[in-house]
Amino acid sequence: MNPTPSQTVGPFYGYALPFPGGGDLAAPADPAGITVHGYVHDGAGDPVPDALLEFWQADASGELRGAPGTLRRDLVDGSVIGRHGVDFTGFGRVATDADGRWTLRTVMPGNGYISVCVFARGLLHHLFTRIYFGQDPFLDTVPPQRRHTLMAVREREGVHRFDIHLQGEKETVFFDFG
Amino acid sequence: MTQPLTQADIDRELREAPAGPPSGHPDRDFAPYRSSVLRHPKQPLISVKDPDAAELSGPVFGVTDVTALDADLTRQHPGEPLGERITVQGRVLDRDGRPVRGQLVEVWQANASGRYRHQRDDHPAPLDPNFTGVGRCLTDDEGRYAFTTIKPGAYPWRNHVNAWRPAHIHFSLFGAAFTQRLVTQMYFPGDPLFPYDPILNSVTDERARQRLVAAYAHELSQPEWSLGYRWDIVLDGPAATWMEEGR
Repeated sequence: MNPTPSQTVGPFYGYALPFPGGGDLAAPADPAGITVHGYVHDGAGDPVPDALLEFWQADASGELRGAPGTLRRDLVDGSVIGRHGVDFTGFGRVATDADGRWTLRTVMPGNGYISVCVFARGLLHHLFTRIYFGQDPFLDTVPPQRRHTLMAVREREGVHRFDIHLQGEKETVFFDFG
Repeated sequence: MTQPLTQADIDRELREAPAGPPSGHPDRDFAPYRSSVLRHPKQPLISVKDPDAAELSGPVFGVTDVTALDADLTRQHPGEPLGERITVQGRVLDRDGRPVRGQLVEVWQANASGRYRHQRDDHPAPLDPNFTGVGRCLTDDEGRYAFTTIKPGAYPWRNHVNAWRPAHIHFSLFGAAFTQRLVTQMYFPGDPLFPYDPILNSVTDERARQRLVAAYAHELSQPEWSLGYRWDIVLDGPAATWMEEGR
């Protein structure tokens, strides 16, 4: 069947799509928790304050279990009360802030990478990329001079930086899954 | 100093725009929509054909993630919102025509006056204290979704002088795989603003554009209550074959 075409997420998704704790995949008490953070930049190098990032990843053992409950709701007032912290849902959603910055609190994916889906005002069709934390055979399939755009930079124990450049000299590698 | 862009400038750019990809999706490089200029990659996308790719599976949602009120945008406040009450319903299918079951559908929209409940929306049209404009539901075993809401208004934006968006409802959809993720906009049939809008016309193929327009469905209208629209959605992208029987 012919697919329904994509359209931009626009500028006003902010009261609809983000939710409290959207970037908190790891339970607060999880000693294996890591922080992954960065900026989204446009082709002029300016931060993108109205991007929305979604993350999908395996748990620490490499399993893609995908438990429900990312948006777990309060039955009294309908508010989002967050993941219950036992199952790993594998899904996160974070809007960039006024500085174009985002933060994810998660666990190291057992299969080596976190999948990222990028939405933004001005972006008519979302983009997929990946965050790698070390060498991986997959990276050999990417042109060598662009490989680093898929690699998080370890800043200190448990803290990793990953910037996304939608365009320009530092343009991030984006994927087509066909 | 450059002259402000007029509708005539945009009309000319739309006439001269090259045809988009055969899939019907917009080319991300679509200058008539000015915000796209610095926000599209210029390097080609890298093709991934890995049967073990994490993206061939995807997030799962369940009954804990939605509440019954989420699907009725007219009942989320003490009073009733102003506007024309409508229902929008349809099916979510994958590109092989299989229903997408138990997956999350999210919607957001302007109110009947064309104003979003967002502090960056400064269109001088009234906010409606009885309308937020956000809804969610899970698809059923046939892939069906349904929302009750009010028809959103058209609104101005600053792409060019006198730019107006046709009335639309934003939709966010998940399939069985992350590759099938879709964010799009549903339009209403016969809107006179269609030819002027660079976002809708970023879909350059007329038949593909029609797939973004809901059908008025008289059999879905409810006497003395609401007007019915039908809009089916087909998600693009592959999924792992072991997902076929659903979860």
